[in-house]
Amino acid sequence: MQPETQKKSSVSQFIQVVSETSLIPFLSIVTAMLIGGVIILLVGGNPIIAYMGLLEGAFGSVRALSETAIWSTPYIFAGLAVALAFRGGLFNIGAEGQLAFGAVFSSLIGYALPGWLGFDLPMWIHLPLTILVGGLAGGLWAAIVGALKAYTGGHEVINTIMMNYIALNATSFLLNGPMKDHAPLNVIARTPEIAESARIMPIFDGLRIHWGFVFALLMAFFVWWLLNKTTLGFEIRTVGLNPDAAQYAGINVKRAIVLTMLFSGILAGLAGTVEVTGLNYRHELGFSSGYGYDAIAIALLGKSHPLGVVLASFLFAAMRNGATRMQFLTQLPVDLISMIQALILLFVAADAIVRYIYRIKAKGERVTLTRGWGG
Amino acid sequence: MTEANIVLEAKGITKQFPGVLASDNVNFDLRKGEIHALLGENGAGKSTLMNLIYGLHKPDKGEIYVNGKHVVIHSPKDAIAGGIGMVHQHFMLIPVFDVAENVMLGDETVKNGALDHNFVAKRVTEISAQYGLDVDPNALVGSLPVGIQQRVEIVKTLYRNAEIVILDEPTAVLTPQEAEDLFRIMHDLTARGVSIIFITHKLKEVLAVADRITVMRAGKVINTVKPAETSEADLANMMVGRNVILTVDKKDHQATEEILKVENLTVRDQRDLETVHGVSFSVRGGEVLGIAGVQGNGQTELSEALTGLRFPTGGKVTIAGKDLTSKTPRNITESGLAHIPEDRQRHGLVLSYSIADNMALCDYYYPPFSKNGVMQPKALDENAKKLIEAFDVRTPSAFVNAGKLSGGNQQKVIVARELSRPGVKLVIANQPTRGLDVGSIEYIHSEIIKMRDRGIAVLLISAELDEVMALSDRIAVMYRGKIVTIVDAKKSTREQLGLWMAGAHVETA
Repeated sequence: MQPETQKKSSVSQFIQVVSETSLIPFLSIVTAMLIGGVIILLVGGNPIIAYMGLLEGAFGSVRALSETAIWSTPYIFAGLAVALAFRGGLFNIGAEGQLAFGAVFSSLIGYALPGWLGFDLPMWIHLPLTILVGGLAGGLWAAIVGALKAYTGGHEVINTIMMNYIALNATSFLLNGPMKDHAPLNVIARTPEIAESARIMPIFDGLRIHWGFVFALLMAFFVWWLLNKTTLGFEIRTVGLNPDAAQYAGINVKRAIVLTMLFSGILAGLAGTVEVTGLNYRHELGFSSGYGYDAIAIALLGKSHPLGVVLASFLFAAMRNGATRMQFLTQLPVDLISMIQALILLFVAADAIVRYIYRIKAKGERVTLTRGWGG
Repeated sequence: MTEANIVLEAKGITKQFPGVLASDNVNFDLRKGEIHALLGENGAGKSTLMNLIYGLHKPDKGEIYVNGKHVVIHSPKDAIAGGIGMVHQHFMLIPVFDVAENVMLGDETVKNGALDHNFVAKRVTEISAQYGLDVDPNALVGSLPVGIQQRVEIVKTLYRNAEIVILDEPTAVLTPQEAEDLFRIMHDLTARGVSIIFITHKLKEVLAVADRITVMRAGKVINTVKPAETSEADLANMMVGRNVILTVDKKDHQATEEILKVENLTVRDQRDLETVHGVSFSVRGGEVLGIAGVQGNGQTELSEALTGLRFPTGGKVTIAGKDLTSKTPRNITESGLAHIPEDRQRHGLVLSYSIADNMALCDYYYPPFSKNGVMQPKALDENAKKLIEAFDVRTPSAFVNAGKLSGGNQQKVIVARELSRPGVKLVIANQPTRGLDVGSIEYIHSEIIKMRDRGIAVLLISAELDEVMALSDRIAVMYRGKIVTIVDAKKSTREQLGLWMAGAHVETA
């Protein structure tokens, strides 16, 4: 009603929203670390030394920072994939399969394309093409699930899980058969190395951190921009929040569902692609170690916001990377870190526990991430 | 009847929900062995009253007496202990359990640490035989037709020794045959001393089965009558009656060319039952055509078919000469439709969006709100500020979420968005003032009349007869999926309209 109250809007509201949404994840992390500390004590370790080791391993040197960034790169892509789908009201459990297809098809283009053409490609053609194909492989794979949801009502949770089985087994077949590295003495299920022209360059000499990390950060910004600043993002969010109102507003709900899955799958596919082109230079069976599933956790912890996803990815990457140093210093198993990660998620998902512990009152409407089994 | 015969009495029950006085000093009593119908439109306060009696809500004021004793009911558990059972409109059954398992749910009988299925099954068979319910305790609930599922719900209440059974809109989900069976069962129950509260908005049923009828409107009891002393027209009048003295200042209308033309439209609802049977009418520019009718006579499906939310199964819809049958909401909106939807929270708004976003919900994709696929926040804000002022939306700012506004202000956001769109030729307003305060109602009415005076065609669908009479130039009466007649509003009386709404035949003049 008053003009002066209108003024305070943007900035202070932004700060308020950020602090409100990040409070629960932050407290969840603190609580999980405290419980982790108690467990370390119980098994006879020293939590302070352990956590110092974790920090040192994650951030203690330039090399450690570089490795943490490398860990975070696929996490960011895959986390964005799941977060974007969440915002469109869809639960993409299939990031793991989409990621595998991204890795398989980007490797294929990476190692085989020059041979098919009979001549070497310049990097400015070969690399973008490799990345494009990897992203699209994941995207189209996910778009199938979107189309099933939009046109037959098939639930995306079931269908993405099923598509994971197909994708992971198909990958296993390809890496053991048609796409297997035929180098002498090779017994591993892996593709040949991709051409130099299909590789993402390291940023610094002597460190493994590569431009794919910067690409991931740019992609996070792009997803934020897409969701919040474009008409397509408005459509995706409207369908996610209220599909009935979306239909009333003239939004093509079916198209929005397919596009949401397509974009989500592209992001997941890029997670695999960047690992191939920036780090491993080939796809090897089992490299993923569950990025696609961790991505669900990361999206949840990041409250499906691109910035939140980036921060959550850093956290997960730091814990994964620091765990080895912690193990070296304290002889505590790396699995302890997985346990702490699981606790963090448990607290984020069941936020009533955290609210109870810290006496925080529930505020505002509840955010519904997906629309249950009925779809 | 003596005092002792009263099994349930509610005295001075008052319940305030945010923005709505859902129950306003309500008195209600139920005698032993009677069927007492509670009649009223959606939102009249019937369900609220029953939820208060059943312990789902706590009254702000008032007392409840069961068998003459003052009771305080904190939860459905207390209600059940007091002999009150309720059959909800949406059944509380688990489809993959059998009947006996559903009946014992929440009140399990255990023998040697295991569920005593045989005991419960035997009781179900007994109850079933005693009241002519014909329910097989071993049948899987999911495989039963809806009518039988409802009987399972009734068995559930009787199994818990209910002497008072509340049936909330029990016939809404039934076929006419199933409804007949239900009425027989209700009489069997009352013959054995069970008392029934029968909630409905269907007039015929009330007259057919009730011993007494209490009519509610806007949270108040209007009257309690006996079927022999009343008629469908009387009841309809009481239901839709004049809760607001509607004074709409309007000039004579200047009807121009035909804008909306509907020919032989048939529509099916989500259960695939045809609820609109070959309806034809037209609305011209500069006039308001009101569709009067008791709720559930096909108005919802008709408006959904006209606005693109539901595909009609037959017939033709033309807007300003353009065939828009089975087109998408966007096609229709772009052809000049402004649509104020029946359910503002389900269709009209995204509650977690700001007012600014909601005010461009249908128009976000073209300039000035977006350019080359990029949203223009400045244009959204300016539009919202302009409309907030023009339509008197009470809010601290345009950034507030629509969900934080009162019902009246939420509706104003929708009205502002729809009526301000350039190029509007037709307004379809479905229950535009349902549940709103008097101030908002008057405001929205005047906006609708302004549109008409600008030469725009208006189709008003409302269950409030007074609203239809106050705004319309012509009135169409809808009954059982058909338009029974269209009359000049000035020459119609509420008594005559009430009769037609209740299904009376139209004498051909």
